[in-house]
Amino acid sequence: MHSKYNPLSLSMQRRTALKTLGGAAIALTSPAVLRPGFAQDGTIKLGAPMHRTGIGASYGRWYERTATAAVKLVNEMGGINGRKVEMIVEDDGTDPKRGTEVVEKFATQYKVDAIFGHLFSNVVAAAAPRAGELKVPYFICSEASLLGAGKLNRYTFQPGITDVRAQVQAMAPWIGSTIGKKVTMIFPDYNFGHDHRDFFTAAIKAQGGEVVAKIAVPPTETSFTRYFPQIPPSTEVIYHVMVGPAVLTFVKELGDYLGSKRPEIFGFIDSLEAVNFNTPQLGFLEGTYFWEAYPRYAQANQTEFDKFFREKVGVDANGASIADPKDISTYSHMFSCWETLFVIKQAMEMANYRGPEQKKDLVVAMESMTSFAEGKEHPQGAKQFNGKTHQVFGSQNISKVEGGKLKVVHRTKIEDGLYESPTDYTKMDL
Amino acid sequence: MTASAFRKNLTLTLLVLAALLLLQFVLPEYYVLMATRMMVLAVFTVGFNALLGYVGLLSLGHAMFFACGLYAAGLSVYHFGFSLPAAFGVSLIASAALSLVIGAITLRTIRVSFMIVTLMFAQVGYLAVLYFAEWTNGQEGLSLPASARQMALGPWTLNIADAVTRYNIALVLLAASLGLLLFYLKGTRGRVATAIRDNEGRTEMLGFNVFAAKLEMFVLSGTLSGAAGAAYGLLFGYLGATFASFQYSIEALLFTLLGGAGTLLGPLIGVVLMVAMIDKLSELTSAYFLVIGVILIVLILWFPKGILGTIRERWAPWLL
Repeated sequence: MHSKYNPLSLSMQRRTALKTLGGAAIALTSPAVLRPGFAQDGTIKLGAPMHRTGIGASYGRWYERTATAAVKLVNEMGGINGRKVEMIVEDDGTDPKRGTEVVEKFATQYKVDAIFGHLFSNVVAAAAPRAGELKVPYFICSEASLLGAGKLNRYTFQPGITDVRAQVQAMAPWIGSTIGKKVTMIFPDYNFGHDHRDFFTAAIKAQGGEVVAKIAVPPTETSFTRYFPQIPPSTEVIYHVMVGPAVLTFVKELGDYLGSKRPEIFGFIDSLEAVNFNTPQLGFLEGTYFWEAYPRYAQANQTEFDKFFREKVGVDANGASIADPKDISTYSHMFSCWETLFVIKQAMEMANYRGPEQKKDLVVAMESMTSFAEGKEHPQGAKQFNGKTHQVFGSQNISKVEGGKLKVVHRTKIEDGLYESPTDYTKMDL
Repeated sequence: MTASAFRKNLTLTLLVLAALLLLQFVLPEYYVLMATRMMVLAVFTVGFNALLGYVGLLSLGHAMFFACGLYAAGLSVYHFGFSLPAAFGVSLIASAALSLVIGAITLRTIRVSFMIVTLMFAQVGYLAVLYFAEWTNGQEGLSLPASARQMALGPWTLNIADAVTRYNIALVLLAASLGLLLFYLKGTRGRVATAIRDNEGRTEMLGFNVFAAKLEMFVLSGTLSGAAGAAYGLLFGYLGATFASFQYSIEALLFTLLGGAGTLLGPLIGVVLMVAMIDKLSELTSAYFLVIGVILIVLILWFPKGILGTIRERWAPWLL
């Protein structure tokens, strides 16, 4: 058998190739690329691995904007211990492997003082052990319940947002007593979704309710119609939490499937973060409920801190960008970057932090913290911090869709989400 | 290959390896880490290139073998507490066995069908990693504990998470894979392989068992890829489904095309340039994959023989 097929048989035009390579060489040696060499001395350098691309891109875009606004404000306030804060952003592609590489890059090339901003739990789970090995303080803005479960390490902290376990524990009593006890769960089939599945199942059981079906959807799924027939007729409440670029498709298809006779629906706002509620076909969501860490729509009792936060980040009263009302923020999550940055500032000031040789002091200072008062630094609300588990606790909001907007109908207390954990990272070596 | 050409190739390979050995003393910390990663990926690409460059078979599913080695080594350490050498041995056996089975099936197809079938098998591999989440922890993956990445070596403890140790292990692995391929190509079997690439019909007419020769190279290629996967998992301590994804098969192709398919050191050059480029471009733009896509198109259209392939064509015909 004779094969004439040869994928490498085309000829080359040397001049063109040299030009291309020359262009690449010039681009790679430009000052913009050699940035680490030009980093300013005497600044506090914070590495910000962001989900600029990949399935977390809509979160990443707003995380970056929020973090940029927070850094600007910190610098306007005089920096940290008199030092200017410099934020170095790199894309991690919402990919665990690249996320880990970026953490390594921050630690060993940029030699940052701390890293903050990772959200997706699969990226956090991969990157946190490396941060621990490299002994660089790593502040996650995730909701992963990994810290309380003792799976991470002494250098990893979550001081800006509560974890899934606390969230579902705080809300289960309200769900069980107000909208129904027989729940069907639809969740993404990876750690974040599994946390929802496991912790909510236990929490609703404690309320005398039960989960009648658990529908796991692969995170890369783009069409959901085939999953909905698994919803049992006895379902009183559909509990949904989805993430990624297909969330809008998911919610639309859910509406199409359910039609006019639907059970109560309780969703995590993750299913509609960065999505406009006024999208046609989302009308069926009227009267349904959502969890929000931080209410997207400015409420009647809006605090001055919320006004301040929206103004600084550039978000209007509807949770959209001031520059473009069609650009909806990930309001319920992105505050975590803001609050985390101010916690880092506070801890560095406590430790009288001057440079990377004091990273251990920063860790110890973090572990000594117990609470954060509501204010401009913590616009989402007051919080309690557990220095042993490195996890923060706060209030949750349950909002109802009314007139195409979310109105808060219940706000939990901090204590509702507190849970015991045998984990004590302070016993680990520094 | 003449004796003098072999000597030249051997000398060049040894010089490159010696340079890599010395490099660890001058490179800053981050670049030592990068170079380690590059060398492991180079082993993967050497494996991929063994098939594409020397037999002319373009597989689009080599991430499967990389992931096979990664998980075979990682899971035997994570779940069963295997020692590091034992885990590495398991990964070699597993990836050799997998490539034997997959090769026996896919080599019944040719050209585009071969690409599609290897791609489909790789997708099965990727989905299997997600499906057996109880063992693999699916998308999130597993991190090997620090204690599992150490082993006793006489009176000493060898910590493979240590940057210098890791660098040298990667270097030894790269040297072994280059040496293996060099000597393989020097022998009769290597010449049969390249004969198949140049003219499969004629090789068959001459009485050689083409299928067996292709399968042999397929197994060698898959095992080298698996060894790279195992090294990656053990040295960097993370096992994730990403490594089994389509993107990884394409990256191996890209590295090979850039460095020069059918050249011994081309994969190393391709990996070094491409990984450095991804790392630097990602600082400038989030569209770095777009740029890399454009580079691939440019390569295929105007630069199809890659860097070493072009050098061989113009200046150094003895290059293997």
